Amino acid sequence: MSNRQNLTAEERAYNRSLMFKRYGISLVMIAMIIILSITTKKFLSANNILNVINTISINGCIALGMVFVITAGGIDLTVGAMLAWGSVVIGMVLQHFGTVQSIPIAIIIAIVSTGLMGLINGVLISYFNIFPFVVTLAMQLVIRGLATALSGGASFAVPVTQFTQLGLGRLWGVIPYPAIMLIVLIIIAWFLMHQTRFGRYVYAVGGNVQAATAAGVNVFWTRTATYIISGLFTAVASIIMTAKINASQPNVGVGYETDAIAACVIGGTSFAGGVATIPGTVIGIIIIGLIYNGMNLLGVQSYWQTVCKGILIILAVLIDKIVNKKR
Amino acid sequence: MKMAEPNEYILECTGLSKAFGGSKALKEVELHIRHGEVHAIVGENGAGKSTLMKIIMGLLKADSGEIVFEGKPYKVNSPAEAINRGITMIHQELNPEPYLTVAENIFLNNEDVKGIILDKKTTNEKARNLLKEFDFKVSPTHLVEDLTLAQAQVIEIIKAVTRNAKLVIMDEPTSSLDSEETEQLFRVIRKLKADGVSVIYISHRMEEIFGICDTVSVFRDGRYIGTKSIEEVSTNDLITMMVGHEISNIFPKVGCEIGDVVFKAENLCGKGFENISFEVHAGEILGFTGLAGAGRSETMRAIFGLDKLTSGKMYLNGKEIKVRSPRSAIEQGIVMVNEDRRAYGLCLYRSISENISLPNLPVHQKGLFLNKHKEKKENEEYAKMLTVKAASINADAISLSGGNQQKVVLAKWIMANPKVMILDEPTRGVDVGAKAEIHSLICKFAAQGMAIIMISSELPEVMGMSDRIIVYHEGKINGEVSCEEIRNGSVTQETILAKEFGQ
Repeated sequence: MSNRQNLTAEERAYNRSLMFKRYGISLVMIAMIIILSITTKKFLSANNILNVINTISINGCIALGMVFVITAGGIDLTVGAMLAWGSVVIGMVLQHFGTVQSIPIAIIIAIVSTGLMGLINGVLISYFNIFPFVVTLAMQLVIRGLATALSGGASFAVPVTQFTQLGLGRLWGVIPYPAIMLIVLIIIAWFLMHQTRFGRYVYAVGGNVQAATAAGVNVFWTRTATYIISGLFTAVASIIMTAKINASQPNVGVGYETDAIAACVIGGTSFAGGVATIPGTVIGIIIIGLIYNGMNLLGVQSYWQTVCKGILIILAVLIDKIVNKKR
Repeated sequence: MKMAEPNEYILECTGLSKAFGGSKALKEVELHIRHGEVHAIVGENGAGKSTLMKIIMGLLKADSGEIVFEGKPYKVNSPAEAINRGITMIHQELNPEPYLTVAENIFLNNEDVKGIILDKKTTNEKARNLLKEFDFKVSPTHLVEDLTLAQAQVIEIIKAVTRNAKLVIMDEPTSSLDSEETEQLFRVIRKLKADGVSVIYISHRMEEIFGICDTVSVFRDGRYIGTKSIEEVSTNDLITMMVGHEISNIFPKVGCEIGDVVFKAENLCGKGFENISFEVHAGEILGFTGLAGAGRSETMRAIFGLDKLTSGKMYLNGKEIKVRSPRSAIEQGIVMVNEDRRAYGLCLYRSISENISLPNLPVHQKGLFLNKHKEKKENEEYAKMLTVKAASINADAISLSGGNQQKVVLAKWIMANPKVMILDEPTRGVDVGAKAEIHSLICKFAAQGMAIIMISSELPEVMGMSDRIIVYHEGKINGEVSCEEIRNGSVTQETILAKEFGQ
């Protein structure tokens, strides 16, 4: 980066303060890592680290889609139901063909169908101007209902055993495939948000929709596209989920929207819209993962994990309010 | 004017001053309101009327001066306190609760109860009597949502009366009423007067002032000019009092060659304006002036595609154009700097650079991605060219002063390389130094061959900058003057202001 050198001292100081404002939450993550390394023996073991990456992959994929929706000023409550839908669709397609060759077909149908559901969410919200909360709350029922109807309400094992490799297998015997999928999505999300026109429009629409309109931004498509992204990314999460549990279940994914939203908020995404970063979101995803993992290692009951997660979200938002004093 | 007895006044303001940053909105202002009179306040936009009213209502604090109400010192910190003391303001926008009934609105926060249960019967009965008293034919159980604006306004006045209001402030109460509704409002005002309630009546409409008011006070440039009994003045006297004679050499209009017609509007109609026709040439600054709400901004918003045109034609370089949205306006070379910078000009929590780029991103596209290096370099050039002062181009727009924010907005539109630039109050909320810089930038744009449309409520500004000025009155063009007429003295501020008032 050649332009790094010709910054004035003032600019550098400003950029530093900006870094702190945007990524100050990483200090919390580092503190958690240090505490867990000291208090538990297993935390830093290679196995456990891979385990953490593995567990955050599902929530991670969902959160990376959710961050676009929230940044553009919306909310997507359908992700949990979409996860179930994706799982059922993959299972049904594999059951129908029963061959290894049908795996790509199953994946494509899952991705296309959740993308379409995102499109429906987006059109209802941005064309008819209905509150995102209401639309996705209702659509969530529709999608889960469809998933249950399609599967006849029962869960069933995935008949193609090779499919489980996507959830449990490792590249070169080291890197879990879910981790690879998550990293690919992180890279895609980072490019979309920070390196393309689309990302700018997302920020502008969420930050000030009137100014965005007056600057000629296509608000309708920008908003709609964020819901499509959320749908597509959730499909990837459903692939990981189905492969890991080696079964299709119409009742999975309940409450998954909470973890995804939590990761975004902890990562510095403003609910008012217009403020978010992908690195921040990744940190938020890791922190959520550390809460689960750390408390498991410390032997905390899962009920208390939920309580802690809730308190942490409130703390993260409070700290952000106090540090940034805006809005 | 007769000398007043000491206790003749209900409200006495003396020596009130108020400054916002560097600019003084009120300078040693006074105002004396008698018991049971209707007192008009007139002045151009920005004369200080609304600042004074906000101080009286407790929305702003005066820097100095004092207010006496009913013989006692008056200092309030909120509208609620003002209402408790007996002063109420009827806003244009501040509507009552739409989903409550007329009676519920009148007695909001003042409900009749039996124990803890609402006594709806008593409330409705009391409301019915009040409505009859005011000769106002609306049912107390009607939802306010279904009332007209005029009716809702009367409900607000009745509500004020039930809270023992002794002074009611009305700010442009008739701006969206038809003549019959205005007559109804006047009946209510006469009733208030008969009951000994004083009314402050702020309006631009001379015929109403002469029709309903007893006294009139004139303000100009944040100063109190004088108070007259309505019988001893004429419309022309008032206009002369309103016009300042401060000379406008601070506005540097650099002469430049005026080229062909770039933009032409033919019989444009829309909400708030009708039959608007004008043309603007390359290199020309066409000024638009008029009173607040005269329809200038509405016209320009419709031309830019923010609002809808109901009829009319527009031509750009001789070819007819259609504008469906701001995007299509920008694509065709028309841009607009909106009067509300914070709402339409900037994403306040995004960086200067991102704000400049927003309409210009296609320029920076390289393959699938943005060429951020080139983007930053060019944005820095434009920010420098427009003398934006900031810690860094990455600083959030919110951190800038009003003048620098406006320069960022200008940078964004200049980069879009427009043929027509519409500027709506380009120097509103901008300090004096930045104002001069913005004026010279506007002249520079004109010199580059852009056609400039400039709305301004500041007469010296619009007279100093424009090649021609179009004057609006109540949604219609009420005259046009040229800079030659201004220079040779055949047109003065009085002439233009008289046109603004529909003379």
